[in-house]
Amino acid sequence: MSGLTTSLPRAAWLVLERDLRLAFRRWEQVTHPVVFFVMVATLFPLALSPEPALLRSIAPGVVWVGALLSSLLALESLFRTDLEDGTLEQLTLSGQPLAWLLLSKTLAHWFLSGIPLVVAAPVVAVSLAAPGESIGVLMLSLALGTGVLSFIGAVGAALTLGSRRGSVLLSLLVLPLAMPVLIFGSRATDQAMRGDLSNGPLWLLAAMLILAVTLAPLASAAAVRVSLE
Amino acid sequence: MATWTWFHKLASPPHFYRIAGKMIPWFAIPAALLIAAGLYGGLVLAPADYQQGDAFRIIYLHVPAAWLSLMCYMTMAISAAVGLIWRIKLSHALAAASAPIGASFALLALATGSLWGKPMWGTYWTWDARLTSELILFFLYLGYMALRSAFDDLTRADRASAVLALVGSVNVPIIHFSVTWWNSLHQGSTVMRKGGPAMPVSMLAPLLMAAAGFTLLYAALACIRVRGEVLIRERNATWLKELGSA
Repeated sequence: MSGLTTSLPRAAWLVLERDLRLAFRRWEQVTHPVVFFVMVATLFPLALSPEPALLRSIAPGVVWVGALLSSLLALESLFRTDLEDGTLEQLTLSGQPLAWLLLSKTLAHWFLSGIPLVVAAPVVAVSLAAPGESIGVLMLSLALGTGVLSFIGAVGAALTLGSRRGSVLLSLLVLPLAMPVLIFGSRATDQAMRGDLSNGPLWLLAAMLILAVTLAPLASAAAVRVSLE
Repeated sequence: MATWTWFHKLASPPHFYRIAGKMIPWFAIPAALLIAAGLYGGLVLAPADYQQGDAFRIIYLHVPAAWLSLMCYMTMAISAAVGLIWRIKLSHALAAASAPIGASFALLALATGSLWGKPMWGTYWTWDARLTSELILFFLYLGYMALRSAFDDLTRADRASAVLALVGSVNVPIIHFSVTWWNSLHQGSTVMRKGGPAMPVSMLAPLLMAAAGFTLLYAALACIRVRGEVLIRERNATWLKELGSA
């Protein structure tokens, strides 16, 4: 494509900047999933028992399940509005490689949905009586894990764009693929709480993130093309 | 490219419809014989296990079902990729036809495994790597079928579900090697391992017969289901009308 006036890095940056700016104009898109996350975490002490010993043992799992559900909720907004106002079509027709543009869209989504969870996680973890030393590992595992979830979820969100009953279907598609992330994320936190080294699961999460960043945008691009037909 | 004409011919729906119809008994009858022989050999003739007694005999259903659940997914993913790359409708039809069969095998493997687990481990279910990853495989099948059913347009359903099948195929090696990678309650592989199978021939032969029988059963079921898919896809085609009136 020689007729392009915008270079690829510039175009990718513009997509990223646009998504971030839009999110800051519509702030509730960022805050709602975090509020949801805190509320889900509140449910567990209410439903099980407020006893600190029990809460401490389930804290990593609760935080991770909350993060998973909340990132699933945030996925809805990833492509939906862009499909409705035609932006997604323009991105596809722009002549730039669609996978790269979707990579930067997904990165923006990770910043907007993952980072707030990472920030909110310590409060939730402490309220569930998790020991202070494990908080660092929890935040690190969430930072890596929400990235994987965003990239996997982008494929699911792109696939369900053109279908009826989008949101339930999206959960059905994304949850099985997200389960390994949940396993290693909560295992890392669990090991840190017991005072063990949690390097193993963290490296695995990092490896999954690299794999997801490399391959998932290609699948998302293929899925967006199918949905726009 | 004269060597490829048979392939192009096979990929044409009318031709495949005819061939598959003829092939069904050739798959189904040996499948029935092999499964019957395997089960008789396994349930009656094979000696009881020195550790597990007679309870091990469920292996003759459990292991073939588990193998087939993985093989169906591989078939599904490969034919989805072929369909996506070369836009062959028939290979999308094969992927669509394989999903419910694979899901049934995964469910069978989970059910028999859980029945086997009760006398051996003292519990029907445990959250261990092998069991969990097989369960995830089952969920992947369900997600695939749910995605297909969400589209009215078959072409879009084909292409969207093909992308999902390929993304999900990351899980297949994880399930296959989960027993080796993690310390798991599930016993290690006794058939495909270094130094040959750790089983006497009287136990192994029925297992291999049952596995071959299950594979042929899959082939027969796939032929029937692909024929059904072809009928749905080609319902307005003239060759079908001629077939119906003839």
